[in-house]
Amino acid sequence: MDTAYHRWRKFKNTFMQLLTCACALLVVVPLGLIFYHVLNSGIGSVNWAFFTQLPKPVGEVGGGMANAIVGTFELLGLASLIGVPIGVLGGVFLSEYGSLRLNWWIRFGADVLNGVPSIIWGMVVYALIVVPMKRFSAWAGGVVLGMMMVPLIMRTTEEVLRLVPNGYREASLALGIARWRTSVQIVVRTALKGIVTGILLALARVAGETAPLLFTALGNVAWNRSLSDPIAAMPLQIFAYAISPYDDWHRQAWAAALVLLLFVAIINVSVRALTRDRFSQRS
Amino acid sequence: MLMTSESEKVRAILLPAPAAPSEHPTESRAAAIPAVSVRNLSVFFAANHVLKHVTLDIPARAVTAIIGPSGCGKSTFLRALNRMHELVPTARMEGEIKLFGQDIYGPTVESVIVRRRVGMVFQKSNPFPTMSVAENVTVGLRLNGVRSRAVLAERMETSLVMAALWNEVKDRLDAPALSLSGGQQQRLCIARALAVQPEVLLMDEPASALDPLATSKIEDLILDLKKNYTIIIVTHNMQQAARISDDTVFFYLGELIEFGPTSKLFTNPSKKQTEDYVTGRFG
Repeated sequence: MDTAYHRWRKFKNTFMQLLTCACALLVVVPLGLIFYHVLNSGIGSVNWAFFTQLPKPVGEVGGGMANAIVGTFELLGLASLIGVPIGVLGGVFLSEYGSLRLNWWIRFGADVLNGVPSIIWGMVVYALIVVPMKRFSAWAGGVVLGMMMVPLIMRTTEEVLRLVPNGYREASLALGIARWRTSVQIVVRTALKGIVTGILLALARVAGETAPLLFTALGNVAWNRSLSDPIAAMPLQIFAYAISPYDDWHRQAWAAALVLLLFVAIINVSVRALTRDRFSQRS
Repeated sequence: MLMTSESEKVRAILLPAPAAPSEHPTESRAAAIPAVSVRNLSVFFAANHVLKHVTLDIPARAVTAIIGPSGCGKSTFLRALNRMHELVPTARMEGEIKLFGQDIYGPTVESVIVRRRVGMVFQKSNPFPTMSVAENVTVGLRLNGVRSRAVLAERMETSLVMAALWNEVKDRLDAPALSLSGGQQQRLCIARALAVQPEVLLMDEPASALDPLATSKIEDLILDLKKNYTIIIVTHNMQQAARISDDTVFFYLGELIEFGPTSKLFTNPSKKQTEDYVTGRFG
């Protein structure tokens, strides 16, 4: 009877271990499948022309999406101009200043905003900017991505600032250093790598957003000459090509998906490198 | 070890002796003006009356030790002297504290200025992790607007000499502060506090986390510094108080029980509670 109980217990143990392991692997399997499929379908169309040429008109084979690649970086730059300062300063306020009650509401607001579907962001900015300007524009695209970055960066900045031991704040204040200088040059500086990590992750997150750009940046088959004009972006181009009936466009959409995926992967890997450096410095 | 003449020379270069305001009433024990004069000081945290009606005069250029069991208000008293307790939102203070005759809670006195005049060294050494040895020493000056490289270099060296650390770190001033040993880090924090040229130095159990050798270095340093500074030190170590202090204050349950010359307090205390505490019968 004892051995039977043992065997039953051992079986349960093994079973649960395998179950949890399988669940964990379920995270990796789709990533592997997606990456494999995108790589397989896209690698053939990633060539020099893809990075350097404009899209060809319907019917002509070849061309590239240089304008969309540049456009994505332009949009991310505009978004950073809005998202980084507001997000970081807001995070500093949440961590270093403010009152418990006020901060609870701000934090709550940021968390809700983080969960707002991206298409709703697009509609909001459409109403706020596109309608008054009477045109789709790079500005509107940058603003919508920037607004999405704000709550993301604010929360990660707050979290890493709260990890800075209070002893550093006290040491600084006890030297007669003003509070704002303590916040900026002691606390933020100590947590700078963590803040940069949060910014990069927010960039990686919005780099692939498509829905909000449909209402704002719109897309463009030519170079963007003015930020007040519509601008191309890789996710938009993927969307436009993927729903088209042309095989060549499909191939290009795969290529763009691959490039976008690699771009996001590179950001994530550099984040890993940053955080590893941080731990090695700590120990 | 730091030579006396060297330290005095350094001090002479750095600053004139604190000017004693003439209008100050001569109510101290030793005719000279007390460095810190406390009248009927009470500190509350929310409804909690932590420090109760403390009145005492701390003599200049001497070491005053504060002893008492945990939770008796020692640290709170120390933090009231440089207004650090104000960082706790619920803290409230009554009474009067004068620094060389000047009310440090006066309506026009800023806490930042008070903290430049009253330096502080903490129990846990807290050099700034993002800065080198040299940067740690000069940070109080740099973040208060001192730009001159010559001044910074000179102040850095003299502070490290005064903190008896110069010989150990002069060849690695650009090394990260965290690469120093625990005892060196604490002396670095003392050098950092000295660099802004305070008049009073508060020390909150500065050696409690150090081994005996590092502790004795800190104690030698304190004895040397008292020639020029007023030092107020909180300690749990009765032998340490007896070794280094001229006067001792005994706090119990937020009240000042006894204040007097260290030799008298330890050998012939006038209060029963003091005797019980210093002989180790409680606390």
